[in-house]
Amino acid sequence: MIVISKEKISIQKEQDVVLFRNRIKEVATKIGMSLVNQTKLITAASELVRNMLRYGGGGITHLEVISRNSIPGVRLIFQDEGPGIEDIPLAMKDGFSTGKSLGLGLPGAKRLVNDFSIKSEVGKGTTVTIIRWKNGL
Amino acid sequence: MERIPILKMGSFLLVSIQVDLYDRLALTLENDLINMVSKTEAKGVLIDISAVSIVDSFMGRILGNIASMSKIMDAATVVVGMQPAVAITLVELGLTLSGVHTALDVEQGMELLREKIGQVDTDEEGLYDSYI
Repeated sequence: MIVISKEKISIQKEQDVVLFRNRIKEVATKIGMSLVNQTKLITAASELVRNMLRYGGGGITHLEVISRNSIPGVRLIFQDEGPGIEDIPLAMKDGFSTGKSLGLGLPGAKRLVNDFSIKSEVGKGTTVTIIRWKNGL
Repeated sequence: MERIPILKMGSFLLVSIQVDLYDRLALTLENDLINMVSKTEAKGVLIDISAVSIVDSFMGRILGNIASMSKIMDAATVVVGMQPAVAITLVELGLTLSGVHTALDVEQGMELLREKIGQVDTDEEGLYDSYI
Protein backbone atom coordinates (compact mmCIF):
# COMPACT_ATOMS: atom_id res chain seq x y z
CA MET A 1 0.00 0.00 0.00
CA ILE A 2 1.39 3.40 -0.90
CA VAL A 3 0.36 6.86 0.22
CA ILE A 4 -0.19 9.20 -2.72
CA SER A 5 -1.10 12.36 -0.85
CA LYS A 6 -1.78 13.39 2.70
CA GLU A 7 -3.03 16.41 4.57
CA LYS A 8 -3.85 17.26 8.17
CA ILE A 9 -7.04 18.99 9.23
CA SER A 10 -7.57 20.15 12.77
CA ILE A 11 -11.07 19.74 14.23
CA GLN A 12 -11.78 22.05 17.15
CA LYS A 13 -15.35 23.19 16.59
CA GLU A 14 -18.50 22.02 14.83
CA GLN A 15 -18.06 24.27 11.81
CA ASP A 16 -14.73 22.56 11.08
CA VAL A 17 -16.75 19.40 10.41
CA VAL A 18 -18.47 20.90 7.37
CA LEU A 19 -15.11 21.95 5.89
CA PHE A 20 -13.65 18.54 6.62
CA ARG A 21 -16.58 16.76 4.93
CA ASN A 22 -16.23 19.00 1.88
CA ARG A 23 -12.52 18.28 1.66
CA ILE A 24 -13.15 14.50 1.77
CA LYS A 25 -15.69 14.95 -1.00
CA GLU A 26 -13.17 16.80 -3.17
CA VAL A 27 -10.52 14.14 -2.68
CA ALA A 28 -12.93 11.23 -3.24
CA THR A 29 -14.31 12.85 -6.39
CA LYS A 30 -10.80 13.34 -7.68
CA ILE A 31 -10.01 9.62 -7.51
CA GLY A 32 -13.32 8.83 -9.21
CA MET A 33 -15.18 7.31 -6.26
CA SER A 34 -18.89 6.75 -6.92
CA LEU A 35 -21.46 8.94 -5.19
CA VAL A 36 -22.75 6.09 -3.01
CA ASN A 37 -19.24 5.19 -1.84
CA GLN A 38 -18.46 8.85 -1.20
CA THR A 39 -21.65 9.26 0.81
CA LYS A 40 -20.83 6.19 2.93
CA LEU A 41 -17.29 7.42 3.57
CA ILE A 42 -18.35 10.95 4.48
CA THR A 43 -21.16 9.71 6.71
CA ALA A 44 -18.72 7.44 8.57
CA ALA A 45 -16.30 10.38 8.88
CA SER A 46 -19.10 12.56 10.20
CA GLU A 47 -19.87 10.05 12.96
CA LEU A 48 -16.20 9.72 13.96
CA VAL A 49 -15.48 13.41 13.90
CA ARG A 50 -18.50 14.03 16.13
CA ASN A 51 -17.19 11.48 18.65
CA MET A 52 -13.84 13.23 18.52
CA LEU A 53 -15.44 16.60 19.30
CA ARG A 54 -17.89 15.34 21.88
CA TYR A 55 -15.80 12.87 23.82
CA GLY A 56 -12.24 13.75 22.86
CA GLY A 57 -12.49 17.53 22.96
CA GLY A 58 -11.44 17.87 19.33
CA GLY A 59 -8.35 16.56 17.64
CA ILE A 60 -6.48 16.07 14.41
CA THR A 61 -7.66 14.28 11.28
CA HIS A 62 -5.42 12.96 8.54
CA LEU A 63 -6.86 12.72 5.05
CA GLU A 64 -4.86 10.50 2.71
CA VAL A 65 -5.18 9.17 -0.80
CA ILE A 66 -3.70 5.68 -0.86
CA SER A 67 -3.26 2.99 -3.47
CA ARG A 68 -3.18 -0.81 -3.27
CA ASN A 69 -2.63 -2.94 -6.39
CA SER A 70 -3.14 0.29 -8.34
CA ILE A 71 -6.64 0.72 -6.90
CA PRO A 72 -6.98 4.09 -5.16
CA GLY A 73 -8.74 4.69 -1.89
CA VAL A 74 -9.17 7.24 0.87
CA ARG A 75 -7.77 6.68 4.34
CA LEU A 76 -8.89 8.85 7.24
CA ILE A 77 -7.25 8.90 10.66
CA PHE A 78 -8.95 10.52 13.65
CA GLN A 79 -6.71 11.31 16.60
CA ASP A 80 -7.79 12.81 19.87
CA GLU A 81 -6.22 13.19 23.27
CA GLY A 82 -9.43 12.70 25.18
CA PRO A 83 -10.21 10.32 28.05
CA GLY A 84 -10.01 7.23 25.83
CA ILE A 85 -12.42 4.30 25.66
CA GLU A 86 -12.34 1.76 28.49
CA ASP A 87 -14.15 -1.08 26.82
CA ILE A 88 -13.79 -1.01 23.04
CA PRO A 89 -15.92 -4.13 22.31
CA LEU A 90 -18.75 -2.54 24.31
CA ALA A 91 -18.33 0.80 22.48
CA MET A 92 -18.55 -1.08 19.18
CA LYS A 93 -21.95 -2.55 20.08
CA ASP A 94 -25.04 -1.21 18.32
CA GLY A 95 -27.09 0.92 20.66
CA PHE A 96 -24.43 1.49 23.30
CA SER A 97 -23.74 5.10 24.23
CA THR A 98 -22.29 6.87 27.23
CA GLY A 99 -23.86 10.06 25.90
CA LYS A 100 -27.45 10.51 24.83
CA SER A 101 -26.99 9.40 21.22
CA LEU A 102 -28.46 6.37 19.46
CA GLY A 103 -25.18 4.50 19.85
CA LEU A 104 -24.81 4.00 16.11
CA GLY A 105 -21.69 6.10 15.64
CA LEU A 106 -18.85 3.59 15.97
CA PRO A 107 -20.59 0.40 14.78
CA GLY A 108 -22.39 2.31 12.02
CA ALA A 109 -19.16 3.91 10.81
CA LYS A 110 -17.55 0.47 10.73
CA ARG A 111 -20.32 -0.88 8.50
CA LEU A 112 -19.88 2.02 6.08
CA VAL A 113 -16.20 1.52 5.29
CA ASN A 114 -13.96 -1.29 4.01
CA ASP A 115 -11.43 -1.14 6.80
CA PHE A 116 -11.87 0.05 10.37
CA SER A 117 -9.42 -0.01 13.24
CA ILE A 118 -9.57 1.59 16.64
CA LYS A 119 -6.91 2.02 19.30
CA SER A 120 -7.53 3.66 22.61
CA GLU A 121 -5.68 4.16 25.83
CA VAL A 122 -7.52 5.38 28.91
CA GLY A 123 -6.29 8.82 29.86
CA LYS A 124 -4.31 9.26 26.64
CA GLY A 125 -6.73 9.31 23.75
CA THR A 126 -8.26 7.44 20.87
CA THR A 127 -7.19 6.87 17.26
CA VAL A 128 -9.60 5.53 14.65
CA THR A 129 -8.49 4.69 11.11
CA ILE A 130 -10.88 3.99 8.24
CA ILE A 131 -10.34 3.15 4.58
CA ARG A 132 -12.79 3.16 1.71
CA TRP A 133 -11.53 1.90 -1.65
CA LYS A 134 -12.65 3.48 -4.87
CA ASN A 135 -14.27 0.27 -6.11
CA GLY A 136 -15.93 -0.27 -2.73
CA LEU A 137 -14.38 -3.72 -2.13
CA MET B 1 -26.47 32.86 14.36
CA GLU B 2 -27.11 30.81 11.23
CA ARG B 3 -30.69 29.51 10.87
CA ILE B 4 -32.74 27.41 8.45
CA PRO B 5 -35.80 29.40 7.34
CA ILE B 6 -39.26 28.00 8.05
CA LEU B 7 -42.07 29.06 5.72
CA LYS B 8 -45.75 28.98 6.60
CA MET B 9 -48.18 27.97 3.89
CA GLY B 10 -51.79 27.63 5.02
CA SER B 11 -51.80 25.11 7.81
CA PHE B 12 -48.42 23.69 6.80
CA LEU B 13 -44.86 24.59 7.63
CA LEU B 14 -42.25 24.16 4.90
CA VAL B 15 -38.55 23.75 5.45
CA SER B 16 -36.06 23.32 2.66
CA ILE B 17 -32.60 22.48 3.92
CA GLN B 18 -30.16 23.87 1.38
CA VAL B 19 -26.94 23.57 3.33
CA ASP B 20 -25.06 20.70 4.90
CA LEU B 21 -26.03 20.71 8.52
CA TYR B 22 -23.77 20.68 11.50
CA ASP B 23 -25.15 19.62 14.84
CA ARG B 24 -25.97 22.98 16.34
CA LEU B 25 -27.79 24.12 13.20
CA ALA B 26 -29.87 20.92 13.24
CA LEU B 27 -30.73 21.40 16.92
CA THR B 28 -31.73 25.02 16.28
CA LEU B 29 -34.01 23.85 13.47
CA GLU B 30 -35.62 21.24 15.72
CA ASN B 31 -36.28 23.88 18.36
CA ASP B 32 -37.53 26.53 15.90
CA LEU B 33 -39.85 24.08 14.16
CA ILE B 34 -41.53 22.87 17.33
CA ASN B 35 -42.03 26.46 18.48
CA MET B 36 -43.50 27.34 15.09
CA VAL B 37 -45.89 24.36 15.21
CA SER B 38 -47.12 25.59 18.56
CA LYS B 39 -47.32 29.27 17.52
CA THR B 40 -49.01 28.76 14.15
CA GLU B 41 -51.05 25.67 15.11
CA ALA B 42 -49.73 24.03 11.96
CA LYS B 43 -51.20 20.67 11.05
CA GLY B 44 -48.32 19.50 8.93
CA VAL B 45 -44.56 19.92 8.56
CA LEU B 46 -42.78 19.25 5.28
CA ILE B 47 -39.00 18.96 5.32
CA ASP B 48 -37.22 18.94 1.98
CA ILE B 49 -33.77 17.35 2.20
CA SER B 50 -33.11 17.05 -1.55
CA ALA B 51 -30.05 19.30 -1.24
CA VAL B 52 -28.65 17.43 1.74
CA SER B 53 -25.81 15.09 0.78
CA ILE B 54 -25.12 13.63 4.23
CA VAL B 55 -27.54 12.37 6.87
CA ASP B 56 -25.69 10.74 9.75
CA SER B 57 -27.07 9.26 12.97
CA PHE B 58 -27.35 12.66 14.64
CA MET B 59 -29.26 14.26 11.78
CA GLY B 60 -31.42 11.13 11.53
CA ARG B 61 -32.24 11.39 15.20
CA ILE B 62 -33.20 15.05 14.79
CA LEU B 63 -35.58 14.14 11.94
CA GLY B 64 -37.09 11.45 14.15
CA ASN B 65 -37.38 13.87 17.07
CA ILE B 66 -39.13 16.49 14.92
CA ALA B 67 -41.62 13.85 13.74
CA SER B 68 -42.41 12.59 17.24
CA MET B 69 -42.63 16.06 18.77
CA SER B 70 -44.91 17.28 15.97
CA LYS B 71 -47.09 14.23 16.41
CA ILE B 72 -47.55 15.03 20.08
CA MET B 73 -48.51 18.56 19.01
CA ASP B 74 -51.02 17.10 16.54
CA ALA B 75 -49.05 17.81 13.36
CA ALA B 76 -47.84 15.31 10.77
CA THR B 77 -44.27 15.40 9.46
CA VAL B 78 -43.16 14.35 5.99
CA VAL B 79 -39.52 14.22 4.90
CA VAL B 80 -39.14 14.52 1.13
CA GLY B 81 -36.47 14.35 -1.54
CA MET B 82 -33.91 12.07 0.08
CA GLN B 83 -31.09 11.32 -2.34
CA PRO B 84 -30.71 7.60 -3.18
CA ALA B 85 -27.11 7.53 -1.92
CA VAL B 86 -28.27 8.97 1.40
CA ALA B 87 -31.03 6.35 1.72
CA ILE B 88 -28.57 3.51 1.02
CA THR B 89 -26.12 4.90 3.56
CA LEU B 90 -28.76 5.43 6.26
CA VAL B 91 -29.95 1.84 6.10
CA GLU B 92 -26.39 0.51 6.21
CA LEU B 93 -25.66 2.79 9.14
CA GLY B 94 -28.58 1.15 10.93
CA LEU B 95 -31.04 4.01 10.90
CA THR B 96 -34.40 3.26 9.32
CA LEU B 97 -36.20 6.50 10.29
CA SER B 98 -39.18 4.51 11.52
CA GLY B 99 -41.97 6.82 12.49
CA VAL B 100 -41.01 9.44 9.92
CA HIS B 101 -43.30 9.71 6.89
CA THR B 102 -41.45 10.11 3.62
CA ALA B 103 -42.31 11.03 0.04
CA LEU B 104 -40.24 11.27 -3.11
CA ASP B 105 -40.67 14.98 -3.75
CA VAL B 106 -42.34 18.12 -2.43
CA GLU B 107 -45.46 17.61 -4.53
CA GLN B 108 -46.07 14.08 -3.28
CA GLY B 109 -45.19 15.17 0.23
CA MET B 110 -47.84 17.90 0.17
CA GLU B 111 -50.33 15.37 -1.19
CA LEU B 112 -49.52 13.01 1.69
CA LEU B 113 -49.93 15.80 4.26
CA ARG B 114 -53.28 16.83 2.79
CA GLU B 115 -54.43 13.22 2.87
CA LYS B 116 -53.39 12.87 6.50
CA ILE B 117 -55.25 15.99 7.52
CA GLY B 118 -58.20 15.24 5.27
CA GLN B 119 -58.55 11.81 6.81
CA VAL B 120 -58.79 13.21 10.29
CA ASP B 121 -61.56 15.57 9.19
CA THR B 122 -63.65 12.90 7.48
CA ASP B 123 -63.22 10.55 10.41
CA GLU B 124 -64.54 13.18 12.77
CA GLU B 125 -67.49 13.93 10.52
CA GLY B 126 -68.24 10.23 10.39
CA LEU B 127 -68.19 10.13 14.15
CA TYR B 128 -70.66 12.98 14.43
CA ASP B 129 -72.92 11.39 11.82
CA SER B 130 -73.13 8.19 13.78
CA TYR B 131 -73.96 10.09 16.95
CA ILE B 132 -76.77 11.92 15.26
